[in-house]
Amino acid sequence: MIIAERKPFKEVEELLAPYNKILIVGCGTCVAVCLAGGEKEVGLLASQLKLAAGLKHRRVEIGEITVERQCDLEFLEPLCDFVADYDAILSLACGAGVQFLAHICHFKPVFAGVNTTFIGVNNAVGYYTERCRACHHCYLGITGGICPVTMCPKGLLNGPCGGTLKGKCEVDPQKDCAWAKIYQRLELENRLHKLEEILPLHPHARTTTPGTVIHPAYQRRYGVHE
Amino acid sequence: MPWTPKILALVCTYCTYTAADMAGSARMQYPANVRIVKYLCTGRVDILHILKAFEAGADGVMVSGCEAGSCHFLEGNLRARERVEYAQQLLEEVGLGRDRLQMYEIAASDAPKWVAAVKEMTDRIKKMGPALHPAPPPNPLLEGIGGEGVGEGVRACGP
Repeated sequence: MIIAERKPFKEVEELLAPYNKILIVGCGTCVAVCLAGGEKEVGLLASQLKLAAGLKHRRVEIGEITVERQCDLEFLEPLCDFVADYDAILSLACGAGVQFLAHICHFKPVFAGVNTTFIGVNNAVGYYTERCRACHHCYLGITGGICPVTMCPKGLLNGPCGGTLKGKCEVDPQKDCAWAKIYQRLELENRLHKLEEILPLHPHARTTTPGTVIHPAYQRRYGVHE
Repeated sequence: MPWTPKILALVCTYCTYTAADMAGSARMQYPANVRIVKYLCTGRVDILHILKAFEAGADGVMVSGCEAGSCHFLEGNLRARERVEYAQQLLEEVGLGRDRLQMYEIAASDAPKWVAAVKEMTDRIKKMGPALHPAPPPNPLLEGIGGEGVGEGVRACGP
């Protein structure tokens, strides 16, 4: 899932200072799990903004709504009528959600309330680590389920580098060397011979942004022809 | 009418509520500006409850549960402590100050500690002043009327 962190309150407060009627839109999927932009965080931020405005003898009207997924038109479209009453919209979704909301509500100023951080996993409540860089080409099948692009700070496809020391990484000696972990894992699986194959250059050309994916079943619908 | 602080106490039914009840039964005296909300466990206290209390006009909030290790639900009070610490950060960011919120641990038999906690919180909030609406400048004509000590000495007749 996508991991995000809440922006510092001061930054959000300054962004929203010129507006008196603000709608905070939460997202009920990834950012809700990582406690950054779900229904509860919408409530907390609304409460903080109201208290901060109260201290400055200002009165702000804050609407709160959380949709299932802001990156999905199906859930976002019903918001169009709802936003009409507000001066500004603060989205607590990931960058994709904020941009989609800004695209749909092009007549209103839209602000981001969180910093989107990475694609990661939920180890335990409040503890998230990065696992994927969405690099367009997955090597996990041949690297024992450990991603060299993400877990190695250098993104080496044919590691380890000369900086590995007793299974630790030279970039951060607190962290395990990804390639040492890959070696151990493949050894357990009796697949060490896989490491003798040299992986070709990563297809960086495919990672040019912004990417587009059209499912083969829907190519005709979206005018894609061979 | 002189200002007296409004303090909300979010307390656990097993420990602090029992202590507060005992303070009432024993006719112990403490400031009467505390309103108690009884929870089954402080683990149920949500940060939203705390912020909403300030929105609704509370000047201070105290959360009080069992002593560490004696929670009826094993770790509810520890979770409450984590939440209170986070809520203190949120209050600091807003500009209200973290000292308006305080976590206490008061055992069921410790009525004097409850009385001391309420007195301490009341004194602290009195020094800090109202949360959202700063107190008007002192009026020399009204000096000597009300002021310090108002609200104290009121007999607690059960929480």
